[in-house]
Amino acid sequence: MEKPVLDIRNLAIRYAGASRDSVRGVSFTLGRERLGIVGESGSGKSTVGRAILKLLPTAQITADRMQFEDIDLLKTSEREMLKIRGRRMSMILQDPKYSLNPIQRVGRQVAETYMRHFPATKAEAKAKTLAMLEAVKIRDPERVHDLYPHEISGGMGQRIMIAMMLLAEPELVIADEPTSALDVTVRLQVLEILNGLVRDRGIGLIMISHDLNLVRNFCDRVLIMFDGQVVETLRASELDNAQHPYTRGLLAAQPRIGDRRKMLSVLDRRPEWSQEVTA
Amino acid sequence: MQNAQLRLKSVSSQATTILITLLGLLVLTFVIGRMMPADPVRAIVGEDATRETYEMVYHQLGLDRPIWEQFLRYLGDVLTGDFGTSIRTGQPVMQDILRAMPATIELATFAILIGAGLGIPLGVTAAVNKDKWQDHIIRVFSLFGHSMPIFWTGMIALIVFYAHLGWVGGSGRMEQFYIGMVDERTGFLLIDSLLAGEMDVFWSAVNHLILPASLLGYSSSAYITRMTRSFMLDQLGQEYMTTARVKGLSRGQTIWLHAFGNIRVQLVTIVALAYGSLLEGAVLIETVFAWPGFGQYLTNNLIIGDMNAVMTCVLIVGVIFIVLNLLSDLLYRTFDPRTK
Amino acid sequence: MTVKDTDMPRQASQLPSSLLVLRNILTFLMRSPTSAFGLIVLGLLIVIAAFAPLIATHDPYAQDLANTLKAPGNGHYFGTDELGRDIFSRLVWGSRISLTIIFLVSIVVGPIGMIVGTTAGYMGGRLDTIMMRITDIFLSFPSLILSLAFVAALGPSLNNAIIAIALTAWPPIARLARAEAMTFRKADYIAAARLQGASDMRIIFKSIMPMCLPSVLIRLTLNMATVILTAAGLGFLGLGAQPPMPEWGAMIATGRRYMIDSWWLVTFPGLAILTVSLAFNLLGDGLRDALDPKQMNRR
Repeated sequence: MEKPVLDIRNLAIRYAGASRDSVRGVSFTLGRERLGIVGESGSGKSTVGRAILKLLPTAQITADRMQFEDIDLLKTSEREMLKIRGRRMSMILQDPKYSLNPIQRVGRQVAETYMRHFPATKAEAKAKTLAMLEAVKIRDPERVHDLYPHEISGGMGQRIMIAMMLLAEPELVIADEPTSALDVTVRLQVLEILNGLVRDRGIGLIMISHDLNLVRNFCDRVLIMFDGQVVETLRASELDNAQHPYTRGLLAAQPRIGDRRKMLSVLDRRPEWSQEVTA
Repeated sequence: MQNAQLRLKSVSSQATTILITLLGLLVLTFVIGRMMPADPVRAIVGEDATRETYEMVYHQLGLDRPIWEQFLRYLGDVLTGDFGTSIRTGQPVMQDILRAMPATIELATFAILIGAGLGIPLGVTAAVNKDKWQDHIIRVFSLFGHSMPIFWTGMIALIVFYAHLGWVGGSGRMEQFYIGMVDERTGFLLIDSLLAGEMDVFWSAVNHLILPASLLGYSSSAYITRMTRSFMLDQLGQEYMTTARVKGLSRGQTIWLHAFGNIRVQLVTIVALAYGSLLEGAVLIETVFAWPGFGQYLTNNLIIGDMNAVMTCVLIVGVIFIVLNLLSDLLYRTFDPRTK
Repeated sequence: MTVKDTDMPRQASQLPSSLLVLRNILTFLMRSPTSAFGLIVLGLLIVIAAFAPLIATHDPYAQDLANTLKAPGNGHYFGTDELGRDIFSRLVWGSRISLTIIFLVSIVVGPIGMIVGTTAGYMGGRLDTIMMRITDIFLSFPSLILSLAFVAALGPSLNNAIIAIALTAWPPIARLARAEAMTFRKADYIAAARLQGASDMRIIFKSIMPMCLPSVLIRLTLNMATVILTAAGLGFLGLGAQPPMPEWGAMIATGRRYMIDSWWLVTFPGLAILTVSLAFNLLGDGLRDALDPKQMNRR
């Protein structure tokens, strides 16, 4: 295997004032591939994403190893992180309705990523922005460039978010529930765009989601998280052969078109699963 | 097209609101004027006038007419710009007030600059450090400014900074010595003295202005600080702040470029309203500092019961408030893209 | 919104739970040093006012022309004024005047604001529009200036000052009560009362007003700092309490003539006003936090 983009070993995160770690013993490596992290809300999957970007100022992060390319994330200062965030790794947030600044034109917000990391004139940044808007399949970039977030649809907002986060050509993108706030009809379209860009540019992608079906279709590998721990790691194509009862429970709780309509099984959560990795 | 229609509708409904409020204001000032215990006739004709003269003036003033007719007459007078004559000065009231206004505006403008200059950074600092010691200190500091009886603080400040330390000028707008040295062109002493090239007068004026303006500014900064803090807190909790951080902006940059950038419009509206409330503090501080402005004019006339003057002053304050409210509303609509 | 949540159980089981809420609020307030300071100062003010005859060292009106303008000391804690009266004793007795003002303004403003606000909010429609228009007209003045004008109209005296302050202090209460009433209007138990044939009057008085009471009381507390300052300001301008009454603002006004040489004449009454109004502000600030559910849930 090629040299991994990201190598995490035994990551633990504890929020200030909390009595126990929210995330414990999480280890994984990421190549130039698409990795899904799946879990219920509260399982710690988003926390992992933010910890990689070191955006949890009040939380205490410990790990045996947190290597991003040539950078040891455990040792980087906030000052150095400013050059890494947005430039070498970035994150796509959930809901464009909230994650875009409501009173700035979207073009300016996209260009800000570029202006922040490259010495460029406004005109250059704008040209870059327009090209990127086109890359996320926005038909009329010139017009959209001057719109405010409340004037665009959710799907377009999320494509703008993608443009903003991929503009500086990072090596790693974390997508935190990128489509769960969108209408079902545009989800696939947005995912296709993200998928295409990630593949073409050789970007490592971590897709955080609660939607197992979505992850299995778009990711190469899947990490299943439960109560702050990784319970199982699988190739997406082998998801049906999952061993862990929690993963099997998740799979069984998915409705399927064409199946006989029997009662969907209810997810079983056993306290001993929380113990087993640490034990 | 439908948009334009909606806009027209909202403008016209707003215009009606303003008209009704203005009418209400006039009713209020009229009632206050009629309730005043001073006898307007006696004030004009003097104590030893004959009964006939008294009756004649009584009739001339229309006081023998039914109350609603008196109100209509008052309304007509106001609409034609006739606010009556001041009994104390014998001048048209409006002329008196216009002469007094620049002194107050000069004072209030300096005060609001100080108040906003103090309140906005403090509010941002408090919000950014919510629940930390900075927040607590700023909270107590600004509540302190909000709690002080400004007429008393004014006196104490005069005793300390003028009488004992001699750092600033005492009461009035300038040294007695300079009074009458510069022509009144705009009424704003700072501008007039500069126009006349009298730098001594200018510095004397600054020296006298600084203390009352600082006190007024400090007291108004409490409100500005509180509002700034709560606006900032709203913004700091928003998801787009995370987006900005992910893009690689530092915490300081996200605070000033994004969060603060987004509350600028709200802040302008708040400062406009605070400017109006300064008039209230001005009434008291002008009395303490013998500042020949609107506030002093109002209190002097209140005490002797000069009806026309009081009614007009109250009316003017009301109108200023309505205008400021309207202005801040307008600013908000113009500069916030979401309201379009 | 915030108050509604805490008081929903109140409707069901009247006293005990509301006492519990009160106790919770008090505990919360005492935990923060600033609002605890506010509570203690106000408690002290009440004690001083209640036991004024015992605490005061002199008769507040007794003149002693042999001992005028004496600096603090020699049996006069805060010195004497231009007529030789003991300033400390005058301040102590003056606390009664301050409490009277606060009390009278509250019992006038509370009910007026409540009735106007709840009626407008519950009835809605044209009545609501008219009442709120009137409220807005009053709100479009800074309160001190309007009180000044009213006192001028009524004639300067303590009673008239209280009336004038009350006249200007009700609109914010009415606005608040209206907003509250509008949220309760749609509640199911109001609909139930209406279906049972209860009159509007009865619903407003029996069902709506009790629900609005807590937030109105808090708002009244918040306003008290302003009331104290306005009353003192009126006293200072000679439009409120008249000499020789030991009202703090009026004391400052008379002391003003001697302030350069006898600083204690204006310093102590001013400090008294400042302390009380600061106490109300700190308490109000704490109350706001105590009733904000977002704040309560935080550690």
